[in-house]
Amino acid sequence: MSTTVNSESKVNSASTGAGIHSRGSGGGGNSHKPGDGDDPWPPGFTRDDAIEPNKFRIGMWVALASILMLFVSLTSAYILRQSKGLSEAHDWFPLRMPGVLWLTTAMLLVSSITIEMARRALRRSRYGWFRLLISLTTLLGLGFLAGQLQAWLVLVNQGVYVYSHPHSSFFYLLTSLHAIHLFGGIIALLIVTVAAHRLRITRSKRNAVDVTALYWHFMDGLWIYLFVLLFFWRQ
Amino acid sequence: MADVIKPVPEDASHKPKHFLRRYVFSTDHKVIGIQYWLLALVSVFIGMGLSALMRLQLAWPGERFALLKAILPHAAQSGNISPDLYLSLVTMHGTLMIFFVLTTAPQGGFGNFILPLQIGAREMAFPTLNMLSFWLTFVSLLVLLTAFFASAPNVIGPIAGWTMYPPLSAVGEIAGPGQGTGVVLWLLSIAIFSVASLLGSINFITTMFKMRAAGMTPLRLPLTCWAWFTTAGIALLSFPVLLAAGLLLLSDHLIGTHFFIPASEYVSGQLMTAEAGGSPILWQHLFWFFGHPEVYLAILPGMGLTSHLLSTFARKPVFGYRAMVAATFGIGLLGFLIWGHHMFVSGMSPYAATAFSLLTLVIGVPSAVKTFNWLGTIWRGQMRFTTPMLFALGFVSLFVSGGLTGLFLGQAAIDIPLHDTYFVVAHFHLIMGVAAVFSLFAATYFWFPKMFGRMMSERLGKIHFVATFIGVYAIFMPMYLMGIAGAPRRYAFHYNPATGEGLQYLAGLVPLTRFISYAAFITIAAQLVFIFNLVWSWRRGARATDNPWEATTLEWAIASPPPADNFGDAAPVVHCGPYEFSVPGAARDFRMQDEPRGAASKQREP
Repeated sequence: MSTTVNSESKVNSASTGAGIHSRGSGGGGNSHKPGDGDDPWPPGFTRDDAIEPNKFRIGMWVALASILMLFVSLTSAYILRQSKGLSEAHDWFPLRMPGVLWLTTAMLLVSSITIEMARRALRRSRYGWFRLLISLTTLLGLGFLAGQLQAWLVLVNQGVYVYSHPHSSFFYLLTSLHAIHLFGGIIALLIVTVAAHRLRITRSKRNAVDVTALYWHFMDGLWIYLFVLLFFWRQ
Repeated sequence: MADVIKPVPEDASHKPKHFLRRYVFSTDHKVIGIQYWLLALVSVFIGMGLSALMRLQLAWPGERFALLKAILPHAAQSGNISPDLYLSLVTMHGTLMIFFVLTTAPQGGFGNFILPLQIGAREMAFPTLNMLSFWLTFVSLLVLLTAFFASAPNVIGPIAGWTMYPPLSAVGEIAGPGQGTGVVLWLLSIAIFSVASLLGSINFITTMFKMRAAGMTPLRLPLTCWAWFTTAGIALLSFPVLLAAGLLLLSDHLIGTHFFIPASEYVSGQLMTAEAGGSPILWQHLFWFFGHPEVYLAILPGMGLTSHLLSTFARKPVFGYRAMVAATFGIGLLGFLIWGHHMFVSGMSPYAATAFSLLTLVIGVPSAVKTFNWLGTIWRGQMRFTTPMLFALGFVSLFVSGGLTGLFLGQAAIDIPLHDTYFVVAHFHLIMGVAAVFSLFAATYFWFPKMFGRMMSERLGKIHFVATFIGVYAIFMPMYLMGIAGAPRRYAFHYNPATGEGLQYLAGLVPLTRFISYAAFITIAAQLVFIFNLVWSWRRGARATDNPWEATTLEWAIASPPPADNFGDAAPVVHCGPYEFSVPGAARDFRMQDEPRGAASKQREP
């Protein structure tokens, strides 16, 4: 079977005749270069795949869609529970907002700025700045978690527990779910931060920074949303 | 970072050397696919065993069976099945089948194995994540099975059904055995399963976006790939909702919140909530917002495969490829808008019920598009009645006979009398259970040669098909009649002819009930033929060639079974659409997707 020259030859046609039937015999000129023989990559994978940036970015966007869905469904439960028509007796007692939440919100907002600056510093190969900013982001993230814990303790001291009333149940549930998700981001940041201080920012770590920044911004936005929902969106 | 690229020997397919890395904690999508498939196979047999026990009870209530006493010495002390045990069987049967068979096998099993091959990829986008999602699914199955033993020594799991409706599932052991720890374990299992399913979906979607071979444009994708992609999208958006609902119910159990326990709720004479409380309807909304798309999770891969097989074995292109893709998306999208038709009897506003009824009718449109396109595909085809083809045709038949009654149940006025009767049981078993299982059988017979390098026995396959096809109709068609007669679901028995207990108006249905049970036992026995065929073919079957079915898609362009790195160094290049059968003027009646355009053929390129 002879290959006529047509529009299809634009695509990489290393294969002659029956395409991949000729496996190995005419395999030259391929764009997919195999890695070292004793690569740590999974079968069929090369080093190029592991640092392919778009893959991780798409994967992260898809993952964010599902996280969004989790919080959207909890929001609908929240709004339904809050509405007066649902239960005969009205049992919605709004919490008094612990003041420390203003501080944690500010910390998270600043951390979003610092991680973005860190990302840009890395892109311009200013490693000193990057080390500083990424460490700062990690610390702010940990500070946020400590602040959230403080907010819980404030409520516990007031005698407000998870099961006290619906608003407190939702408050504890939503903040802890957000904190768990944010903690995942902190682990990613810690890995990058340690790598930065040991001066091991490889290409794959750069992708990790990009994708972590995306996740971190999302967590920031999610917290603002929850903050508004829990304390300002109220009948 | 070393950028030195050393040449690799021809046979280096990167297969891990160590046993654990190769077969257990493998990141190879083919190994993971087979692991998922085996997990589903184990689950389906457990689930089927439970249904056998249920049929035993329904047909001969009160009868004492020494066998039952032997296998369940505590739960069935006197040799018969108590109502609690019966409900626990219902719950576990439903959960196992829906989550661990119908959700797992088409997507995790065949999707994992075949999708990267069909799009010409070397792997899934995130192999390690893939391994993680399988092992999470495995852990989730183990947790679910332990729920059976939560009220040890009684082997009674949760009794609230797979829908786990509160408030009785939220108040603990007081609502019945297995409703305490059993429900907690059930919820944990489902939460783990949701996470695993989400990780899998992320992987599938990214793989479809990023890993396609050169020339594999969207409209050259096999319909199976479109179905897996849509299914992953549905799972991505529906499982978080189940996870959210599960977390709320779990905190009702463990922390003492009242999300789903209503005000002034008395259970067994005990007040559950002192003041105001939550809403069990909220659970129904959240659950069915997941639950209805879940139905399409189970059936869409089967639809994709049916299109694929009908085309392959009728030696004709799929009729209306673009319409098929559009219908797949249409079903996926509409599936999110019709959850309310499960809740017509929940006191829903008649206006809302009308809206849900109308949308339910609308989803009949893409379903009908698919059905007519299937008929158009086989119309005047050169049919090859292989076993996978027979099961694909069986799928169409079951899809129609199960689907048409969906139009009845989608209407509030008809649903209200039929709700919670055997009519519903017959409907969803035919369309979602058995039709999807037929597509799994078809997939197994079709891809077994690719998975294990050997052909399955056609003779045994045909015996299996005929027995199963007649069997499932004999089981489920009479259930429609029972439903119309008013036989309620979830009852441990309807009428006991020996003692005269039960619902008098159903006394006449006793012979029909027994007929269904006999049919069920025979059909279950027929599955042993399938198991025998699997094991025998795996060891002794005829060696499969690369492309035994003369199919066109990329998985058939490489060896059976494929090497660990799939296409290796020769990345495939796709030149045409997936259903180029009987091309006029071509030398043979099919054209592989990676086959360059021949001089003789003047076909248009899709």
